[in-house]
Amino acid sequence: MSRTTLDLWVGIFVVIGIGALLFLALRVGNVSSVDLTDAYVVRGQFDNIGGLKVRAPVKSAGVVVGRVNAITFDTHSYRAAVEMSIAPDFEFPRDTIASILTSGLLGEQYIGLDPGGDYEVLEHGDTLELTQSAVVLEKLIGQFLFDKAGAPAGD
Amino acid sequence: MNGLAGVVRRCGSVAIEGMWRLGFATRFFVLLLVHSGQSLRRVHLTIREIYFSGVLSLLIIVVSGLFVGMVLGLQGYETLQRFGSGDALGVMVALSLTRELGPVVAGLLFASRAGSAVTAEIGLMKTTEQLKAMDMMAVNPLARVAAPRFWGGVISMPILAAIFTAMGIFGGWLMGVVAIGVDHGAFWSQMQAAVDFRYDLLNGFIKSVVFGVAVSLIAVFEGYDCHPTAEGISRAITRTVVGSALAILALDFILTSFMFRGTS
Repeated sequence: MSRTTLDLWVGIFVVIGIGALLFLALRVGNVSSVDLTDAYVVRGQFDNIGGLKVRAPVKSAGVVVGRVNAITFDTHSYRAAVEMSIAPDFEFPRDTIASILTSGLLGEQYIGLDPGGDYEVLEHGDTLELTQSAVVLEKLIGQFLFDKAGAPAGD
Repeated sequence: MNGLAGVVRRCGSVAIEGMWRLGFATRFFVLLLVHSGQSLRRVHLTIREIYFSGVLSLLIIVVSGLFVGMVLGLQGYETLQRFGSGDALGVMVALSLTRELGPVVAGLLFASRAGSAVTAEIGLMKTTEQLKAMDMMAVNPLARVAAPRFWGGVISMPILAAIFTAMGIFGGWLMGVVAIGVDHGAFWSQMQAAVDFRYDLLNGFIKSVVFGVAVSLIAVFEGYDCHPTAEGISRAITRTVVGSALAILALDFILTSFMFRGTS
């Protein structure tokens, strides 16, 4: 069997294809963001998750450290149970506060982690005790109007 | 009364014929996979088919990818700009291409460019009784003719879809950044932040592989199954193009509803 020009063309074709895949993987996608292959899972309960979605980022100090795995409703406490996986490189104290925040005015919602001061770190399956709910605009406006009504007249 | 009975009879015969063909196609697919070992060992046969269905489709894929990307850039900017988020153009172009347009449009082009050619070739081979002659010489036409064309298509299709997507993003960049003047940094950085490797790129790749299998199977089967007449070949080619397009769009809906459930 001898080489033919056909083989050359197929070779060029495959190289272009691999080049396109590499371009997509390196330039378009984000392979290097967070590797969650052996991530550890922590849970937290929130009074209100607002518009949080599955796969929303978990950030600490603005850096993505993990993603939201699942959101369910706990019928015992009537709160939202959020399960998130955090990349194994990042360790957080046990008294870390999880709050649901919004990036920008109309941006997506994410979970922000504020580390506490505990010496022990969170491990797989732990639960975050301190949580802060999402800000619901209607409730905020309602509270504001209520405060206004309660304030002394002429203020 | 006679007319009604005729309609019922017609419906029944169409249904039975359809089931018959479906069953035959399934058996054909299994036999094709069984006989693939032989054709993969003689790899030059498959390489030849990659040349015919892949390399020769390169031009149409590159050109249409570029144009689709440029249209996406223009239309996307026009819409996004109304909401004051023209900087998100990169996200829109990249996500629509990697998830949907790349695999689907490349698959449709591949079906009409390469699938029809494969059907015509095999159909003519059948009409001129070359397949029977091979059988007489103890050469299995499934292993010698059908399997290399099938695998050539299956290998070419994901590569073509990747090239289409890359060209489309380039076209979107050309229109958005070079012509309209969207910020270069925002275009790429927002795109990189929004496109996930596993969720978007890998799922798009899986789609293109599935479409490659569907189109190649339909093309090879229609050629093999055609009536050995000039009219039969032309009907088989029509059925290949129509059937592939329907299969791609239906499979795309099924795969999309599995992969992207609107959670993000």
